[in-house]
Amino acid sequence: MLKIRNLESGYGKIKALKHVSMHVDGGEIVTIIGANGAGKTTLLATIAGLIKARAGEIVFRGRNLCALSAEKIPALGCVMVPEGRQVFATMSVEENLILGAHVLQKEGHQVIEELLEHQYSLFPVLRDRKGQLAGTLSGGEQQMLAMGRALMSRPQMVMMDEPSTGLAPLIVKEIFQIIVRLRDEGNTVLLVEQNAKAALAIADRGYVLETGKVILQGPADDLMINEDVQRAYLGREKVEG
Amino acid sequence: MYWQPEKECMSRADLEQLQLERLQSTLYRVGTHVPFYRQKFREMKLDFDSFNTLADIHKLPFTMKQDLRDSYPYGMFAVPLREVVRIHSSSGTTGMATVVGYTRNDIKNWADLVARVLCAAGLTADDVIQIAFGYGLFTGGFGLHYGAERLGASVIPISSGNTKRQIQIMQDFKTTALVCTPSYALNIADVMLDMGINPSGLSLKFGLFGAEPWSEAMRREINEKLGIQSTDNYGLSEVMGPGVAGECQECNGLHINEDHFLVEVLDPETLEPVKPGEIGELVITTLTKEAFPVIRYRTHDLTRLLPEPCPCGRTFIRINRILGRTDDMLIIKGVNVFPTQIESVLFDIDGTAPHYRIVVERENHQDKATVLVEVKESYFFDEMKKQGALIDTIKSRLASELGIGVAVKLVEEKTLGRFEGKGQRVIDKRKI
Repeated sequence: MLKIRNLESGYGKIKALKHVSMHVDGGEIVTIIGANGAGKTTLLATIAGLIKARAGEIVFRGRNLCALSAEKIPALGCVMVPEGRQVFATMSVEENLILGAHVLQKEGHQVIEELLEHQYSLFPVLRDRKGQLAGTLSGGEQQMLAMGRALMSRPQMVMMDEPSTGLAPLIVKEIFQIIVRLRDEGNTVLLVEQNAKAALAIADRGYVLETGKVILQGPADDLMINEDVQRAYLGREKVEG
Repeated sequence: MYWQPEKECMSRADLEQLQLERLQSTLYRVGTHVPFYRQKFREMKLDFDSFNTLADIHKLPFTMKQDLRDSYPYGMFAVPLREVVRIHSSSGTTGMATVVGYTRNDIKNWADLVARVLCAAGLTADDVIQIAFGYGLFTGGFGLHYGAERLGASVIPISSGNTKRQIQIMQDFKTTALVCTPSYALNIADVMLDMGINPSGLSLKFGLFGAEPWSEAMRREINEKLGIQSTDNYGLSEVMGPGVAGECQECNGLHINEDHFLVEVLDPETLEPVKPGEIGELVITTLTKEAFPVIRYRTHDLTRLLPEPCPCGRTFIRINRILGRTDDMLIIKGVNVFPTQIESVLFDIDGTAPHYRIVVERENHQDKATVLVEVKESYFFDEMKKQGALIDTIKSRLASELGIGVAVKLVEEKTLGRFEGKGQRVIDKRKI
């Protein structure tokens, strides 16, 4: 699905990503964990074309994304759910969802209706609030709306940037359960998270970013018991004997 | 059958991506955690952060057995000891031992890789596996043990030695698969014959043999004597232990577990890659080891890559069975000779038993090699002429195989010592 080799990216003089190589296979949840400022969001933004790669390659389903501008990328099936939701506050829930399907406009009303129906079955709370202004939703509901909006384009891969940010633990649990369900329905998810424990618990594989570099990668189960990961990201400091 | 088909049958493009990612994080691991590599990288002015293609593997430093010895016992570990859950030591076949460690994840991966090898050889959870490798610091016993358990088979951890008891257990416990060195398998077969036990009465179907080089002729001999299908497997403690590579039921080369090990075949003199398919020294870089990663470890094992696709469906490249060791290689009268070459000639000659020694001496500044061969008893009761003819046959066959003349001595059956672990068949009496 996605293959990244030796990606370099950054802002101004700051090199935020250094020789990052990673891949995502179809049907898996891959998580990128790391502390604040490790380069996680930069990585997603570079894949999405919002930041231009300085070196390396991003190949998504055989196409080199580095050569494409940001607006062309969702049409290839690679969409992002940004951090902090960023829903259109003054538009209704349903209008927000329909906006997500703009790349499918040509396929007609029927297709969009079916997609809407699918999102409502996945997120029943959105059906209840479909006429409500998005700005009036709770944080968890806004997150679901942002996810639903991304899924409206029938993506090949969904990238999620910190979906747990600012949400109560119970809501986080619900959101993560939905991500698992998405995977089980055959979707592919690239999940960036600071909440390493929750992310590794649902992911198939993971990459640990530190100051712009992948320092560890492997099956999520392996990372979960890796002591470096435990010390740095899972808050399980062992007392030296 | 495959154990992890998503890996064992992956496309080369996906494999190369995975290898690059894993190599990059291995370089980070050793470059930051292992003083030996940190210093090597610094000396070579190598920026391991900028390593960005597998094709640059030749820019990385080699690791030698001596480096491991110099850092005895824990100097090359990449994790603190409290993260190490197992310690093994090389069998020390050729000198001072080296120490290796494993994290929990290493042990888990090791079990899976050995399970792949067992599965490729045709074993399933229904098999009863008798592990006649030594248990202890040697990786053979425990490596196969954990892999066999992961496979779900019934494991008999009998360890090596006490051959009669091995046979007793094999009969009583209805062993279906025997795991040991090929020399020991042959030893067991002979003892069985002496005890008057017909192997066709056993449940034995498979043999997985490794830990020393053996020949195709020796495989045939073992298969015939025990009535089994035997497969070769390969590993070395410095890299992990068994599970590095194993034969599938095609019995035509060993699939390297390439998602965990990056291999090169190099000319041992120039250290440049040999031409595809040519014989050279196997050099291995670990891609997933946490506790004891090694970069370009020189195995001193000689083999060649078999790049043709395998009918079994595995996409991992195969190596030829190990042809010998660069340090086992005898230079007799300036010609390179491997014990396995002599072995395969002897196996093909009627009247000889599959036991031999090679004695190399220096007489008047000249190398002299003598091959001691056991012959079947009947030959000694017969007339001298027949013995002379046998000697001549062996001599001429060896001369054409090796390209040098060697002396041949016939000895009575069972006069040469037998092996329970790795065989030592070369006696080099030359003083350098």
